Parts: sequence; C-alpha cells; structure tokens
Amino acid sequence: MADSAHGTHHAEMSFWRRYVFSTDHKVIGIQYSITALVFLFFGFSLMLLMRWQLAYPDQPLPIIGGLFGELRMPGGVMLPDFYNQLGAMHGTIMVFLGVVPLAVGGFGNFVVPLQIGAPDMAFPRLNMASYWALFLGGVTMFASFFVPGGAAQSGWTSYPPLSDIAPMGQTIWLVGMLFLIVSSLLGAINFITTILQLRAPGLTFMRFPFFVWAQFVTAFLLLLGFPPLQAAGIFQLMDRLAGTSFFLPSGLVVSGQPIAATGGGSPILWQHLFWFLAHPEVYVLILPAMGIVAEVVANNTRKPLWGYKSMVYSLLFLGFMSFIVWAHHMFITGMGTAMSSFFQTTTMIISIPSVIILSCLIISLWGGSIRFNTPMLFALAFLPMFGIGGLTGLPLGLATADIHLHDTYYVIGHFHYVVAPGTILALFAGIYYWYPKATGRKMSEFLGKLHFWPSFIFMNGVFLPMLIQGLHGVQRRLYDGGAAYAHAQPVLHLNKIMSYSAWGLALTQVFFIVNFFWSLRKGEKTSDNPWEATTIEWSAPSPPPHGNFVSMPQAYRGPYEYSVPGHPTDFLPQFSPGAGEKAKTGQAGKTSH
Amino acid sequence: MEIPYTVSERPDTGLNNVKIGIWLFLASEIMLFGALFASYILLRVGATKWPDGSSILSVPMAFTNTMVLISSSVTMVMAWASLMEKKLGRYRLFMGLTIVLGLAFLVIKFFEYRAKFHHGLHPSTSTFMALYFTLTGLHAAHVAGGIGINAYLWGPGLKLWERAPQQFTNRVETAGLFWHFVDLVWIFLFPVLYLL
Repeated sequence: MADSAHGTHHAEMSFWRRYVFSTDHKVIGIQYSITALVFLFFGFSLMLLMRWQLAYPDQPLPIIGGLFGELRMPGGVMLPDFYNQLGAMHGTIMVFLGVVPLAVGGFGNFVVPLQIGAPDMAFPRLNMASYWALFLGGVTMFASFFVPGGAAQSGWTSYPPLSDIAPMGQTIWLVGMLFLIVSSLLGAINFITTILQLRAPGLTFMRFPFFVWAQFVTAFLLLLGFPPLQAAGIFQLMDRLAGTSFFLPSGLVVSGQPIAATGGGSPILWQHLFWFLAHPEVYVLILPAMGIVAEVVANNTRKPLWGYKSMVYSLLFLGFMSFIVWAHHMFITGMGTAMSSFFQTTTMIISIPSVIILSCLIISLWGGSIRFNTPMLFALAFLPMFGIGGLTGLPLGLATADIHLHDTYYVIGHFHYVVAPGTILALFAGIYYWYPKATGRKMSEFLGKLHFWPSFIFMNGVFLPMLIQGLHGVQRRLYDGGAAYAHAQPVLHLNKIMSYSAWGLALTQVFFIVNFFWSLRKGEKTSDNPWEATTIEWSAPSPPPHGNFVSMPQAYRGPYEYSVPGHPTDFLPQFSPGAGEKAKTGQAGKTSH
Repeated sequence: MEIPYTVSERPDTGLNNVKIGIWLFLASEIMLFGALFASYILLRVGATKWPDGSSILSVPMAFTNTMVLISSSVTMVMAWASLMEKKLGRYRLFMGLTIVLGLAFLVIKFFEYRAKFHHGLHPSTSTFMALYFTLTGLHAAHVAGGIGINAYLWGPGLKLWERAPQQFTNRVETAGLFWHFVDLVWIFLFPVLYLL
C-alpha cells in the first residue's frame, strides 16, 4: 500500500486476517468483486457452450467437446439434459453469483462507506460473514455439476412440479440458494444501518450521491424480497426430502407413472413466492447500475445531475412499486382478469419512475462539455441499451401481448438488454471509474476503448436477434434452438449470428482481463482525485488505508457541484469547505441544479 | 479505528447501530413468516377438504407452550430491567429462567412431535401435517437459536459487563427483541394451526 503512511496506526495483521478473513469493507468489496467476476466469466462460459449447440444442433463440439464426458456430451454432442443444466445454472450464476455480488457486494461494499465518509461498514464481522456465505453458496452451486444426475436443470426459476421431481442437483441448488439468501440478508442489514448511521457530519439525505441512494433502496429490496424465496426454498426442500406436497398437485402423472405423493399442493404457489423476490431482484440488478451511471455521467459532463431530487423520489417510488408487480410474470397461469388487470396496471405505473431516471440522465448530457473517457463510454452506452431493455418490457407487461410473447426468445432478449448491455456495461463503467481509488493507478484508456467498442457491438449482435426470433414465436429453452419447428425456420439463421457474436464478445473480454492485471503494476499512477470528482470517496487516499480517511470528512454541500459559476475550478467537492459555508447537520441541505 | 454509534445513539436518528440492525432483521423475519402464513392461506383456500386442527393436534400441550413462552418473554424483560438497575444477580436469575422456559418449550414440542410420529402422522401424511411440521419446525429452530444467544449472554458473554456495561445491556435488549418476536410468531401459530 503506497499510502499506508497516511493510515491510522494499527497492529500488523497476518496475511490471512488482512486479505482473506478481513473485516475491512474495501478488502471485502474487492473479494466480492473478484469472486463475482470469476462467476460472471464462468456463467458466460456455460452460455458459450449452449450457443454452440444452438448454432450447430447435434454436431460434435470440436477440440474441447470430448472433455465433458459420456454423461454430458457423448462424442462431443451435447445431451438435452446437459443443455438444461447449462441453462438453469447460467441464469442462477449470472444473477445470484455474478451481477448481484458485483453490483451490491462489490461496488456497494467498496464505494458506499467511502462515499458517505464512514470508516467502515456498521457491522464489519457481519460483512465478512456475508461474503463467506456467498462463497459457500458459490462452491455449492459449482459442486452441483458433479453430483449424480448433474446440476439443477429446471430453469433458473426452478418451477415445480418439474423441480420437485428433478435429480439431486436441484437439492444442492436449493442449499446453495439458502447460503446466497443469508449472504444477501446480512449484507442488506449492514448497508441500511451503515447509510443511516455512519454518514459524515453534514451529509444529509438530499446530499447523498445518487449511487448511495441506489444502494439504500436496493438493500431494502433484498431485505424484504428474499425471505419469501427462503420460505419457498424450504418448502421445496421439504417436498424433495420429507415427502411433502407443497408444490405437487393431486393426480400428477409423469412418464405414464402416477407420482407417489399426497398431492393437494399448488405449483402456482412457488411461482408467487419466487417472483415476489425475483421481480424486485430485477431492480436489485438495475438500480446499482443506474447509480454508477449517475456518478460517471455527472463527473464527465462536468454538470450537476439534471433533476437529482426527482431521480431520488422516483427511486423510492420504484422500490415500493417493485413489490406489487410480481404476477406479471404469471399472466398465462390462468389467473383471473381482475388479477391480471391489477398487475398490468402496476407494471405500467412502475415504468414511469424508470423513465424519469433515464430521462434525467439523458438530459444531464445536454450542454455538457463531455469527456469521452472509458468509464463515460460505458455509461453512455448504458443509456440507450437500458432504454431498449425497458421499452421492450412494456408489451410483456400487458396481459394480452404477453400471451403471444410469453416464454419466447423475446423475453430473453428483453431481459438481457436490461441486464447485459444495461447493467453489465454500467458495472464495467464502475470498474474503470473506481479502479484508481482501489489501486492508486488508472486502467489503460487504449485497452479500455478496445474493450468497449467490440463489446458494445457484439452485445447487440447477441441480443437484438433474440427479439426478432421471439416475435416469430421461437420458444426459449429449446435445446436445438428451434430447428425442429416449422415456424422457426425463417429466423433460424440468426442463431449463427448470435453465437458468433457471443464468442466474439468472449474474445473481447481478453482486453479487459489483460488491462485489469497489467494496470495493477504498470498503470499510470494517479492522484487521490484523478477524475476531478466531487463526492467524498475522492478525498480519501488512493488506495484508502484501514479506516479510510486521514481526518473525519464533512459534507458541506450537495454531491454534484460541477461548473459552479464564480468558482476557480470546474468542480467544487462536497468535502472541501468553501467560502462562508458551514456544514449543516440534521436538516436537509440544498442542492443546486 | 472505531465504528461510531455502536453503543451510544446517533443524535439525529436517536438509535444505535445494533438497534437498527435488529429491527431490520426482524423486518426480514416478518417477511419470512408472512410468506409462510400466506402459503398456508393459499393452500387451505385451494384444498378440497381441510382437517380440524384441534382434532389432530394437542391443544392442551400447545396452550401450555403458549403460557411457557409468554412467561419467558416476561422474564426476559425482567432480566434486561435488572441490568438497567445494575443488579447482576437478579439478571442471572431471570436470564436463567428465560433459558429454562425456552428449553421447556422445546421439550414439550419434542413430546408433541413424538406423539404425532407414534400415531403415524408425518409431514408426508397431508398438506395440513406438512404445514404443521414445517411451520412449527422453523419456529422451534428460532427458539433454539434464541436459547443459544441467551445462554451465551448468561454465561461467557457476561464478561463484557465488566468492560462495557452499556454495550452488554444493549446486547441483552437486542436478544430480548428477537425473543419477543419468536414469542409473537408462536402466538400467531397457535390459533392458526391448533384452533382455526
């Protein structure tokens, strides 16, 4: 650590306490980030295998096809069961072990305490426990590939009755999910307490950087959304292990054999409990990304965010509404028209705050002297990509249109536009933006741009054709990509385009990986505030020592005081005392727009 | 490096970190048991026939258990109040009673379960029995967890009292909030499963 001389004095800790079982939020944040990036890459690799099968159904996979064994890919040809495992685990890993740990565990842990001027999280040991719960969950999920019958294969949604009667991998999946739920709950409690209690003097709620607000609302979604899934997971475990029939209806017949169970259960119950979490989970995936984009956009337009307050209120409203839209995933379960009307109405309403936030971010660009550095490129790409993701969701939220589109590739395209070119691009923006704070060095701009442009193009190459295929009625989860269906024939050639784009996207990530490690040693050394930003994390040394700040920071003004008229530089940091201004405590500060 | 407001209260929120933490945890617990009760309602509404709980389950045993848990909540408050009055002996007595009452609840529960198994009633017998075992089982796990925390605060955790009495009192208060919650869940479970 280059700046350890700045740090508060503390006893030298062993390697294990310092880097492995650390209670320092920055180390834990980095542990989360690395773990999540590894899992993102692993989950992506599963998809690369699937894309081979979809582009070249039932043809042997060259070179590496033989490595997967006779149970999965005899002679290099993928079995449908293995395809299903890859699909279920791709979804599970990307959502619960990739994006959420990176967006919340990684960025939230590293950035939030720094941005609010706190020495650490409120409960450091709980923080460590939450990381290790995630790690155990990850190991469990990974191990499930090697149990008899393979990993979970009933989709990432694990719908019963299929999941109730699936092989053992499903049980392991449930145990893994329980670990991940515990991890998220501990993290959520910690984030909310930290943000409420450990804010620096003068940092009133309306002076929060938007990223802090985003994490605050996200933590509530995790806190209140996950327990119902936990209940559902326990029910499913009981069904699988204790012979109960919570999700098994009476008279179920599988492959001509009646299932030996008492019945009387409801498969729909699982769907309600699952989507009660999994819909807010979508906002868990997107809100931190919006927070990152807001930080990067304000910093690189050198302007205050346009409509900061309306963004904050939209965020709160969105968080609340996200709990009463879940059944729009279930329009074709046969629910009554009154129910579908209710859920389609709330779904239309929830699009309003998202549109407000996105519009505010786009209007923030207006009249700015924009710096097109790598973080900004990723953040700018987020705006239209998330826009496509959001707008393609509207037809799915309308019960009538959903009858046609449900379970087609259109859904996959829509969701991935939100999460892949949306959230993941924003997460990359965040990595490039805060890398100097974590390491004291900048990542290479050249490699960053080499990473950005092909990623941007290939992502659209992967996901745009999905929307077209879906409109043609091609179903998701077909292991031959629709080759056996007459109505899929006109759009079948798109499978190859998507697969080549996916493999291209994988190759492009090499630039990122090289950049990430190369810059650790060789990157350009930076000052504590290389982007000339205004929020409090940039007042800490880079990298921040244990305890973060040399002296207790204070907030004197709102978070985005860029280009203030009459100020000598184009940024007026939140943490520097200005002429004649005093830190306010206990009352809302004013932000200028 | 000190984390602020671990013991004292932050002036503008009026709370210390632990108090916020436990209330948030209880909020998530409400969502957990809320989902369990909601599932009970959904499954019961969808069932063609539903047994009368009191004809299968033992109301006297459950009533005794209700009294045991309510008493333990009272002794828990007394334990905390004794600490506020700095009477350590009384604290040990009341916390000890709380632990004993918690254990009594589990013992009665054990005999209840054993009687059910003896009569051939298992989780796989019917949806009602499945709900009974899952809901009371999860609740019993919470009771066991609460006993563990209380036992720690009665025994080894007491060392903190010498160094930081206020922090220790806060811990007992926090454990008490959890214990009252577990009690409250039972007060809902009892009529829902045994009486309705």
